Amino acid sequence: MSIIDSKIPEGPVAEKWTNYKAHQKLVNPANKRKLDIIVVGTGLAGASAASTLAEMGFNVLNFCIQDSPRRAHSIAAQGGINAAKNYQNDGDSVYRLFYDTVKGGDYRAREANVYRLAEVSNNIIDQCVAQGVPFAREYGGLLANRSFGGAQVSRTFYAKGQTGQQLLLGAYSSLNRQIQAGKVKSYNRYEMHDVVMIDGRARGIIAKNLVTGKFERFAAHAVVIATGGYGNTYFLSTNAMACNCSAAIAAYRKGAYFANPSYVQIHPTCIPVHGDKQSKLTLMSESLRNDGRIWVPKNIEDAKALQAGTKKGSDIPEEDRDYYLERRYPAFGNLVPRDVASRAAKERCDKGYGVNNTGLAVFLDFSEAINRLGIDVVRQRYGNLFDMYEEITDVNPGELAKEINGVKYYNPMMIFPAIHYTMGGIWVDYELQTSVKGLFAIGECNFSDHGANRLGASALMQGLADGYFVLPYTIQNYLSDQITVPRFSTDAPEFIETEKACIEAQKALLKNPKGKDGKSVDSIHKELGHIMWEYVGMGRNKAGLEKALVELKRVRKEFEEELFVPGVEEGMNNELDKAFRLKDFILMGELIANDALHREESCGGHFREEHQTEEGEAKRNDENFFYVGCWNYQGDDDKAPELIKEPLVYEAIKVQTRNYKN
Amino acid sequence: MAEKNITVTLRVWRQANAKAKGEFKDYKVTSTTDTSFLETLDILNEDLVSKGEEPITFDHDCREGICGMCSLYINGHPHGPATLATTCQLYMRRFKDGEVITVEPWRSAAFPVIKDLMVDRNAFDKIQQAGGYVSFNCGGAQDANAIPIPKEKADLAMDAATCVGCGACVAACKNGSAMLFVSAKVSQFALLPQGKAEAARRAKAMVAKMDELGFGNCTNTRACEAECPKGISISNIARLNREFLVAKLKD
Repeated sequence: MSIIDSKIPEGPVAEKWTNYKAHQKLVNPANKRKLDIIVVGTGLAGASAASTLAEMGFNVLNFCIQDSPRRAHSIAAQGGINAAKNYQNDGDSVYRLFYDTVKGGDYRAREANVYRLAEVSNNIIDQCVAQGVPFAREYGGLLANRSFGGAQVSRTFYAKGQTGQQLLLGAYSSLNRQIQAGKVKSYNRYEMHDVVMIDGRARGIIAKNLVTGKFERFAAHAVVIATGGYGNTYFLSTNAMACNCSAAIAAYRKGAYFANPSYVQIHPTCIPVHGDKQSKLTLMSESLRNDGRIWVPKNIEDAKALQAGTKKGSDIPEEDRDYYLERRYPAFGNLVPRDVASRAAKERCDKGYGVNNTGLAVFLDFSEAINRLGIDVVRQRYGNLFDMYEEITDVNPGELAKEINGVKYYNPMMIFPAIHYTMGGIWVDYELQTSVKGLFAIGECNFSDHGANRLGASALMQGLADGYFVLPYTIQNYLSDQITVPRFSTDAPEFIETEKACIEAQKALLKNPKGKDGKSVDSIHKELGHIMWEYVGMGRNKAGLEKALVELKRVRKEFEEELFVPGVEEGMNNELDKAFRLKDFILMGELIANDALHREESCGGHFREEHQTEEGEAKRNDENFFYVGCWNYQGDDDKAPELIKEPLVYEAIKVQTRNYKN
Repeated sequence: MAEKNITVTLRVWRQANAKAKGEFKDYKVTSTTDTSFLETLDILNEDLVSKGEEPITFDHDCREGICGMCSLYINGHPHGPATLATTCQLYMRRFKDGEVITVEPWRSAAFPVIKDLMVDRNAFDKIQQAGGYVSFNCGGAQDANAIPIPKEKADLAMDAATCVGCGACVAACKNGSAMLFVSAKVSQFALLPQGKAEAARRAKAMVAKMDELGFGNCTNTRACEAECPKGISISNIARLNREFLVAKLKD
């Protein structure tokens, strides 16, 4: 059995990072010029890492799947980014951000990593302002803040509802400066297919040029993957269409452990599914819960009328509304963490109180806020989200719908939980190195900081922390003894063999055993998504998970025996590229289901119905599951992976039951 | 509001690769009014695959109007008939049952077609690389609140920074000018104290790169502003002209 070394530095949690930096090995400027680093991905983590490593003097090869680094899916993050600045003088501190993040993650994150994250959070805001990121400001000219779920302070910095866009464009601008300087070579419309290993270390990648259809070989002294999460395993999610887990799965197949795959975040406020032709789900920012109130009817008759379309939300007066989050969680109300809010919505809908024709939706209502602040102020805060909602649903949430007994009621939004983010990911040690030497994973792609549930506005923080402030230091500890290693030729047998395997694997996808009578990529992906959402979604149980594993085997067989991909290898072939990703989504689905089945407890985004309190809250089992579950590939997709445990050690925080009630 | 079926004819530009000769092809497709335009293309593509034909290639990613990946010139408008929305935010309720909808790629010398409806917008990246940044290395920043920035200025910078780099402005312009795109980035930094130090260098470098890459001149037709899915104002072009003039005068 393999042994895990998480390389957590000595000393009290608040001093670990300082100690690490004081004693780590560095690479001198002349040697940095001799070292090449591959960074796959150009989201917040990838772009910030690529630009910062280049600023330091390393040579960077940077890959993105889209036509420009600026399109990476970080761009779609709406609400904001957390930092412990305490500009609002509301009692915030590095410790409190650390504590909230560990508690929000349901005590399943690694303490030392989270403390470091909270520590560098302030540097991120400074860095972004210096880059010219136009954060929201108060009239006095200082930075503005808003609140997010799971916190009782206002620590979230934002740029309208487009914070991810502005932070990514900031990182993209720094990246552009380094491309101009010749320190970063940028490869757009390239997709990584495999990692090349030489003598047990990652020494390069095979990437496909999506325009020419040709595989190409790239060598470097270290490889960093920053390729995001695996939410699209579920077919419908808030992820972009091209988001995939193939780079992570390639790393996993090469020996990188996959940690906590069952920790999947289901975001409570998305626009509900409307039909079977839908391609993706749209998120409505968590920031809406600052002023929006979530409710369903108190009376089942009203719910039935809403489902039948004979009543509208605005027909139901205040006294007949059940603001169930405020009722169940008085201390945090509508701002409970995402996993709690999602489960509460599911609970109401399961009981029959859903408010749309499918019974799978709840209301998010701004009547109280509009009556208190006026429509202009509310539109100033959320106007772009209201417009986005109206464009999709044809309903304007800021429109006065009815007046009952002198109270004005506005059209509420309808929302429902959807797959949004994945806390699990490639296992990394404190240095963000995977269990494969020379292979690093950053951003959503790794598992490290969010435990079993991520708090709102913390993904942007983690992506940028990893890329700007953590990896550029820690990777030097690895590279310091690589300075005498000459550049590898991409004609080395390892490169040729790995490329050959990629070509063979692609040929297999074009076999088309049933010709055009076979099934399309999307139709098989939808089947996978249905199984995942049904049995490995918000509520999981043993029987369901076992069924899912059987069904997933069937889907894999179908993929092998019935897939139809039109076109040829040469040139651009989108269907072929989608098929390549789907193969890995199926393996990912099995990983998620296996991990969920083994984890006999409920924590954060992982809810096992067998393990809940009488009030329906998640019930952890710290005695048996206080560890990171790492899965080790056994050389074949059909073989069950080996479970390796990294025990969690908490020194600074007392592990307790999460409480958002009082 | 109620969802209805809708059948339309999509007249789509098909072009096998950059060098091939392209042509329009008609496809009949049935969708619903609550389905997006790109999902309707998905439906058509599924249908084409089931017949063993190659699906239509088009750029798209986030499908929520922010990544700037989607393009398409629909019925003579970049991003179609909706205002302040990208193609991915366009829903079929905007069209009539039985309508013939013409779908083309961006047409611009600087954006060559890669395949079908997909074009190469690498020129936009090159313009940004020429100067679209504040020269600043990670690690040395002062406290974020050390320099107060008036809210009005910050808001204007944010409005300019909202550009998603889709290229609709270029596609809309009869001259194929990228002035709106360039001016948005120049304005964002010119409005903020962080960008002031190298404002002149930036304006000159980005304009020079734009000219070099074959974009046309601005003749103030305002078509770019009218078609911009993010409502980027042409007052940014006026600001760019001022910045550029001041920079040139200093030479």
